[in-house]
Amino acid sequence: MLSTVDPAGPAAQTIATLWWVMLAGASLIFALVMVLLVLAFRRKNAGDDAGRVRAWIVGLGLVFPMTVLAALLAYGLIVGERLLPREGPDIVKVGAEGRLSAWTFTYEDAPSFSTDGTLHIPAGRPVDVAVTTADVIHSFWVPRLAGKLDAIPGRTNILRIEADEAGTYTGVSAEFSGTGYDSFTFYVIAHDAANWDAFLNGDFE
Amino acid sequence: MNALGRHRKLTAIWASEPGFKGWFSTVNHTDLGRMFLATAFFFFFIGGLLAMLIRAQLATPHSAFAGPDIYNQIFTMHGTIMMFLFAIPTFEGLAVYLLPKMLGTRDLAFPRLTAYGFWCYAFGGSMMLVSMVFGIAPDGGWFMYPPLSGAIHSPGINTDFWLIGITFVEISAIAAAVEITVSILKYRAPGMSLDKMPIFAWYALITALMILTGFPPLILGSILLEVERAFGFPFFQAELGGDSLLWQHLFWLFGHPEVYIIFLPAAGVISTVLPVMCRTPLLGYGWIVAAALALAFLSFGLWVHHMFTTGIPHMGLAFFSAASTLVAVPTGMQIFAWIGTMWKGRPELHLPMLHLLGFFFTFVIGGLTGVMVAVVPFDWQAHDTAFITAHLHYVLFGGFVFPIFAGIYYWMPHFTGRKRFFYLGEFAFALVFIGFHVTFLAMHWVGLLGQRRRISTYAPEDGWTAINLISSVGSFVLAIGIAMILIDVFLHALTASRGRRNPWRAGTLEWAMITPAPAYNFASLPHVTDRNPLTIEPDLAVQLAKGEGYLGTPRNTWRETLTVEVASGKPDMHVIYPANTRLPILMSAVTGIFFLSLLLKFYWTVPVAVVGVAILAWKWVWSIGRQDDMDTVPVGQDIHLPNFAMTDRPPGWWGSVFLLTANATLFGSLLFGFAFLWTVAPGWPPPDWFPPSVSALALGIIGAGLGPIAMRYATQKNRNGGTPLASLALTLAGAVLVAVACAAMMVHTPAPTRHAYAATLFVLGSYGLFHAALGILMVCFLIARVRCGFTSSARRAEFPIVRLWIDYLSVVSVLILVVAHLPGLMG
Repeated sequence: MLSTVDPAGPAAQTIATLWWVMLAGASLIFALVMVLLVLAFRRKNAGDDAGRVRAWIVGLGLVFPMTVLAALLAYGLIVGERLLPREGPDIVKVGAEGRLSAWTFTYEDAPSFSTDGTLHIPAGRPVDVAVTTADVIHSFWVPRLAGKLDAIPGRTNILRIEADEAGTYTGVSAEFSGTGYDSFTFYVIAHDAANWDAFLNGDFE
Repeated sequence: MNALGRHRKLTAIWASEPGFKGWFSTVNHTDLGRMFLATAFFFFFIGGLLAMLIRAQLATPHSAFAGPDIYNQIFTMHGTIMMFLFAIPTFEGLAVYLLPKMLGTRDLAFPRLTAYGFWCYAFGGSMMLVSMVFGIAPDGGWFMYPPLSGAIHSPGINTDFWLIGITFVEISAIAAAVEITVSILKYRAPGMSLDKMPIFAWYALITALMILTGFPPLILGSILLEVERAFGFPFFQAELGGDSLLWQHLFWLFGHPEVYIIFLPAAGVISTVLPVMCRTPLLGYGWIVAAALALAFLSFGLWVHHMFTTGIPHMGLAFFSAASTLVAVPTGMQIFAWIGTMWKGRPELHLPMLHLLGFFFTFVIGGLTGVMVAVVPFDWQAHDTAFITAHLHYVLFGGFVFPIFAGIYYWMPHFTGRKRFFYLGEFAFALVFIGFHVTFLAMHWVGLLGQRRRISTYAPEDGWTAINLISSVGSFVLAIGIAMILIDVFLHALTASRGRRNPWRAGTLEWAMITPAPAYNFASLPHVTDRNPLTIEPDLAVQLAKGEGYLGTPRNTWRETLTVEVASGKPDMHVIYPANTRLPILMSAVTGIFFLSLLLKFYWTVPVAVVGVAILAWKWVWSIGRQDDMDTVPVGQDIHLPNFAMTDRPPGWWGSVFLLTANATLFGSLLFGFAFLWTVAPGWPPPDWFPPSVSALALGIIGAGLGPIAMRYATQKNRNGGTPLASLALTLAGAVLVAVACAAMMVHTPAPTRHAYAATLFVLGSYGLFHAALGILMVCFLIARVRCGFTSSARRAEFPIVRLWIDYLSVVSVLILVVAHLPGLMG
């Protein structure tokens, strides 16, 4: 329902892949460190300190993490760039205003009305959500579609989401906002093309 | 004099008052270190109880154990207590207790300041506890983000408890940091050059410098937020030119270095304990020092990684992402240096070593998940979920609690002079280790399944029930384990048999004394020629007890020690410490009245408390120094040293340098805030600008120029045997001019409640005015000292100290006045 590892859109899919790659890498490194730790308890022959400093501190401590981290950083940067809201055809623009404790959604394609607690989007099309707040800081998060973005007073932040298929996705506000925080949830309904047109014309229940 | 006679005489000079009364007047670092540690572990216990309540609440879905309003207080206080009232004070306590012993001296640089810091901590911590007992504890999360923590959304006194209580406690962190820095740089055994310092001292030095530069942004943020709440200055209100993001920057500018402020002392413990457990010297001492320094520098460049989801442009995030992953490199260097040390030596599985293995296992996982969340896109998903909760506990429990337990078990024989006879500790370790991982490992996963941090309940259909129940069961196992450790320590102190000296056969100086440690530490001070003095001279303790080192003959009732040149370790000053006094506890009580008045909004008692603090501070400083010149003092080994009153760089000068470092960081943060609001905040330009005035600006700049020049002239005059009073009067006039210029600036600032621009200018003006008042007070003090015969051409130590503060005043006041007047004059 709120699982980041059960992605239903391209952004969440990309990040889930990133997670699995990092988990695999981290497991290998952890195993390596633990093996080295255990091997410290076996009998061993003497060596010289200069050689040890080279092997342990320069080799394992400096060169090894630098290499791994440079690769990871590049990967993360490329992924991050890809998830940014860029101009393009076919982009749907909506607004999400958080307020204790509900979200109100507006639609550029249907300026005459707004919806409370449920955001309607077309499936299979990129949607840019303009995230704002009327009071304290909130965060707009639909885990199965994309990462989260904060609603900061006085600012508008744009988040790109997209649902691969029609359906209902749960979202939550992910910035602590006091006593109503537990139940500060909302829904995103992704429509197929026909239903989306119907929604914009105001005949969707 | 034989060793026993020397011991009796020194004990008579150095001992605290007998019985519990001694707690209130002691200034001895051994006592205060123990008091810090005992209090910190009391708060650890309270914080742990709160953690149990959190886990009880989350064990099952739809829990009715605590409602959200109580639950919010519980998790806010859990984080706050563990960070501010447990972790930092534990470092302070350990450093206060150990450093003079490891460095081969008799006390820290400013014994009364140690006591003042302790009492500020104890009183400030008690304030937080009182709020909890009355159910009005802070409830906005330990990060206190406005606008939620602002007056509109949190009208109660809860948030004020946090802002004021924590600022009060932070006085103790700053005091301890100044104290530790000066002690490490100056108060060492002769011959101990920087490269012969025990590794723990390097870590403590770096940590203390980080506290001096890391805490001021938070102190500033707390002051600004409290002023906003109390008087309506809109620093963080977007519609009036403020910005809630300013708080996040200030908070994390503190908050991220804080993580390393917590980790580095623990790393110092590891670097000290692990080689002893492996019966070999540490591998790569110089590399480790360099890595710790690199860690300290990098940690100030990555605070934004707590703000990846706030909409900061992606390329900006990329920079901080790079810095955040880079910080793993010096951490990795240390880890591999430690494992390399283990390969080099023969590791023995004593109890401290078990905790160190617990550290490796846990901290490596925490570090790896830390690298994951430093990758921006992943953080967009993981941020503010249970994944982060799990990650930070792996880092803090792995990187702090396990090493500290190792340290406690390692130094326990030193604290008590006894040995353990029981295997309770091993069993407790197993419970803690298993309990911890059962609690937190699966929590990563439930975070990825979408469980947010700080929710008080969830529904069965969320699919988180099983993991949460497992976590809660694990947490109770963990709690039992920790309770057993506390019981073990308690039993140890009460019952175990007397142990031998230096049970671990360690090489550092703290073991070159009888245990429990005598009040004076060393009957005579050693001459250090090696990083592990006890390894090359196992009989050192006996030699020192026989008085074969420096200062082996007690004189008068003086608490004597000596200081050394920073780099070389060559002796350079003779020091007489102040003796037992109730001044520190009294002064922290009056400081407490100041904070309490602000909290309860009894504003008429605020000036009373300020005057009270000023009077006590005057008394405090007045009581040191002499009215007659003193010959150089023989300290043994044919070395004669000048007393510190007859030098240009007395301890007070060194203390001022580092206090001003912290102060300058606070001021810098304020200027940063001003520039940030001006350039980034929505809601600018302000409705009214400050009316600039060439004459007011000129007046202030003349005053700022006059002070330092006249002060230098006074110093020189005194040095040449003349009377410096006329020049001091001119210095005073300079400070008064600066005060007038700053006051005029505050008067002419547009209404500070209407826009953040005016509010910030008003705060800048009050900062200048405060320092001008401080400068006036100091110059008046110096004039009084001159008139009462406390200075002479030889007794000149007080002049450089006042000069330092006057110089600082000039620099900040010119900056303040220019910032206020110049934009208007130019445009």
